[in-house]
Amino acid sequence: MTTTLPSYDDVVARYEPVIGLETHVELGTRTKMFCGCRTDFGGEPNTRVCPVCLGLPGSLPVVNKAAVEATIRIGLALNCSIADWCRFARKNYFYPDMPKNFQISQYDEPICVDGYLDVEVNGETVRIGIERVHMEEDTGKTLHVGGATGRIHGATESLVDYNRAGIPLVEIVTKPIPGTGSLAPDIARAYVNELREVIRSLGVSDVRMEEGSLRCDVNTSLNLPGQEWGTRTETKNVNSLRSVERAVRSEMLRQASVLDAGGRITQETRHFHEDTGDTTPGRSKETATDYRYFPEPDLVPIAPDRAWVAELKAALPELPRVHRRRLQEQWGLSDLDMQSVLNAGAVELIEQTVAAGATPAAARKWWLGELSRRANETGVELVDVGATPEQVAELQGLVDAGKLNDKLARTVLEGVVAGEGSPTEIMTSRNLEVVSDTGALTAAVDEAIAANPEIADKIRSGKVAAAGALVGAVMKTTRGQADAKTVRELILARLNVEA
Amino acid sequence: MSDLTRKTAAEIAALVAGGETSAVEVTQAHLDRIAAVDDQVHAFLHVDTEGALAAARAVDERRAAGEPLGPLAGVPVAVKDVLATKGVPTTVGSKILEGWRPPYDATIVERLRAAGTVMLGKTNMDEFAMGSSTEYSAYGATRNPWDLSRIPGGSGGGSSAALAAYEAPLAIGSDTGGSIRQPGAVTGTVGAKPTYGGTSRYGLVAFSSSLDTPGPCARTVLDAALLHEAIAGHDPRDSTSIPQPVPNVVAAAKLGATGDLTGVKLGIVTEFVGEGAEPGVMAVFREAVDALTKLGAEIVEVSCPNFTYALPAYYLIAPSECSSNLARFDGVRFGLRVGDDGSRSLEEVMSLTREAGFGPEVKRRIMLGTYALSSGYYDAYYGQAQKVRTLITRDFTAAFEQVDALISPTTPFVAFPIGERTADPYQMYLADLFTIPTNLYGGPGISVPCGLSDGLPVGLQVMAPTMADDRMYRVAAALESAVGTFTPPAL
Repeated sequence: MTTTLPSYDDVVARYEPVIGLETHVELGTRTKMFCGCRTDFGGEPNTRVCPVCLGLPGSLPVVNKAAVEATIRIGLALNCSIADWCRFARKNYFYPDMPKNFQISQYDEPICVDGYLDVEVNGETVRIGIERVHMEEDTGKTLHVGGATGRIHGATESLVDYNRAGIPLVEIVTKPIPGTGSLAPDIARAYVNELREVIRSLGVSDVRMEEGSLRCDVNTSLNLPGQEWGTRTETKNVNSLRSVERAVRSEMLRQASVLDAGGRITQETRHFHEDTGDTTPGRSKETATDYRYFPEPDLVPIAPDRAWVAELKAALPELPRVHRRRLQEQWGLSDLDMQSVLNAGAVELIEQTVAAGATPAAARKWWLGELSRRANETGVELVDVGATPEQVAELQGLVDAGKLNDKLARTVLEGVVAGEGSPTEIMTSRNLEVVSDTGALTAAVDEAIAANPEIADKIRSGKVAAAGALVGAVMKTTRGQADAKTVRELILARLNVEA
Repeated sequence: MSDLTRKTAAEIAALVAGGETSAVEVTQAHLDRIAAVDDQVHAFLHVDTEGALAAARAVDERRAAGEPLGPLAGVPVAVKDVLATKGVPTTVGSKILEGWRPPYDATIVERLRAAGTVMLGKTNMDEFAMGSSTEYSAYGATRNPWDLSRIPGGSGGGSSAALAAYEAPLAIGSDTGGSIRQPGAVTGTVGAKPTYGGTSRYGLVAFSSSLDTPGPCARTVLDAALLHEAIAGHDPRDSTSIPQPVPNVVAAAKLGATGDLTGVKLGIVTEFVGEGAEPGVMAVFREAVDALTKLGAEIVEVSCPNFTYALPAYYLIAPSECSSNLARFDGVRFGLRVGDDGSRSLEEVMSLTREAGFGPEVKRRIMLGTYALSSGYYDAYYGQAQKVRTLITRDFTAAFEQVDALISPTTPFVAFPIGERTADPYQMYLADLFTIPTNLYGGPGISVPCGLSDGLPVGLQVMAPTMADDRMYRVAAALESAVGTFTPPAL
């Protein structure tokens, strides 16, 4: 594309965006949606399979009750109505990573409908309507070997791993979200982030975008003010929060340039590229397959017992938004500070660090400072940075006890992140403890005085400020492990000078 | 020992249990019979000689060790090639599965093994159970032991012909629109379609999931009931399986065999005794009705007006489901693969595989079903057919408020000559005119021989309410006690 894109400000001044999000979440159930195979990530290809998830002739699905329960809990947390009666449907299309060449999903009778999720953007609450939450099965994974691009075109061989086939998926579809103006990308991101927090709080999925346990498709359209909504495109392969934001923004810019040039938007699936931030066309929906949905005859309808649903509702954990408000109050943070904690994905980590004994201020300092910096540098999520809340609390305990100063504590933390052990172990093994033994310190002080007679004389003559040079010398011989204030006091005492 | 292949399953089990013969001897006698006559009949697609003899030896060893034996221990059984059998070829009568050896057993096959029966092999069938004559098998037609120039019914013609040819005393079939009952009728044997959900579909290669029902085939009603009892019952691997106790079909068959139907009220389906059936069949049916009256049954006529729409509704629902069920046969994971020479795309390989692997009737139904489910046509076809299905169920429910069971001829005509109807699918489809309503409703139905028309067998069908399978066994056994069993001419 050689067209010059208009500026974002210009686009939002002239067009109104409508966005919508379809999010797939892999449930963390022990077994698959319709069979007893294990679901954990990893495993040699095609080892977590059986006749059912391989779609062998004659095999039949049986619904995983734990997956139904998890889906209902998600629906309840998103303020949905839980259907009295729902069923599965077959979505028919041919693809080699689909063992049966149809996917068991839900169509016009989903289990949860009509809810909402409140998200906060720039201190404002935006209510995102939820159209539906439904259950389906994941597909296998295709690996194209021998081509330059890793895509099917040009590949010499295609390999399929069915370990993922049949893993329970929940699809959460928003209602169209109009009226967001220039905030559309931020709202899309905030929605996915909040959804992730909600699902994580329910404990039903690890919602890791990089491992694909939370996958997002972003629908975008533009229209002129006062006119009907435009034709939408669906952007896939949006694999991080940042990409959600970028995908919406880039699609708004692209559509505006097409419309500006008098073109029309094709209803199609587009592919987001993490490296360039662009989208490229996938298959066109206008020529797409007809999925020929019909009720899945191998499964009986599900009629969730009302008392069970009520029980699940009563047992829902405090929702992240409410929970955050309570923590914010406890921690005494401003809205802005709380927002930065949230953006860093540190709410739970700080909470656990506080629970392990640190003060909120100290916990926040470590997670948002040193550890966030490291996470950014290594490109991992904060939770995966390599330190646990317990370790951070332990580290702070050593600082509070005077065993580590700030500089030493950071060195110890590096050791923790590198997996060398607990803070106490690292402090001991690397001999990093603050030297508080006055005997050893006195020897170092005497050595420094003897080595710098001129400076000592200056101090004796009343130039107390000159003590700094000797403090530096002592710190050097003790490899920074001494408390500077104690050293200074010792020097003055040895030289019989009043502080 | 007199010819073991002429004995009933109940007799064989008693002889084995009493030590008067061995399971191995019984099995060998049937294997010998297969070797002698199956060239003419072609009931079997695969004979598992070694597996059968090993299973028979295991039964004999258990008996020798004093272990308790089930009521069918040591009895050979032929299994329709629609059920997955671990390590034993399973083709569903199709080229697309040629050479496939499943890594697992169907639930029914597991239960047959657990009961100590001896699986002789896999029987011929119309490809994917789509047909009424077994002529649509990719491996050649099966012939009717009553007249080798005629069809044995279908799709389970192999199972019923094996019984009529004394190659097996028991067989398993599957009934989607009549594939157990219609072959039973035209071969002079007994075929029962249990209540849908009464027998597990796990391991039954699907044709139409909401209709497919595996069930027993035998030469006597009691044998069918014994086999029914051995294979039926809830299976947690089949979600549509009914979690209720199996009706006591064996006791019902024994009660019926006493020849007393006093207090039993039977309804003749008005719509099925008009012009639909050929005169010879109607004449034999009328005589059977007289026999039932003599046994004490009260007979009335019951109208089921929506049964007239059963055939068209069936030919929308079954193909729709089949178009989806058969999508998995694409050459990627199992069975035939055509055109994979490195120069073709995946879509081309899938397409060539399906083109080469499926026969004409299967393709016809996949196309019908694909069309019926497509966007814009769904409501007019599949949706409408489901409404008809509901109306047919209401007809049954209303009828069973008036009578204990419904009766009709099983099929409108006796076995027709091979080749007579393959050119006209509709004429072929008519063979299932009287059996299809039961599948759409989900209730049980049985075909029991009731006489001969021009030397060819005619079956009477008994239809009962869902989970009242015992009722049809009682009526069928009573009729059998009055009219006897029918033996085909020697091969």
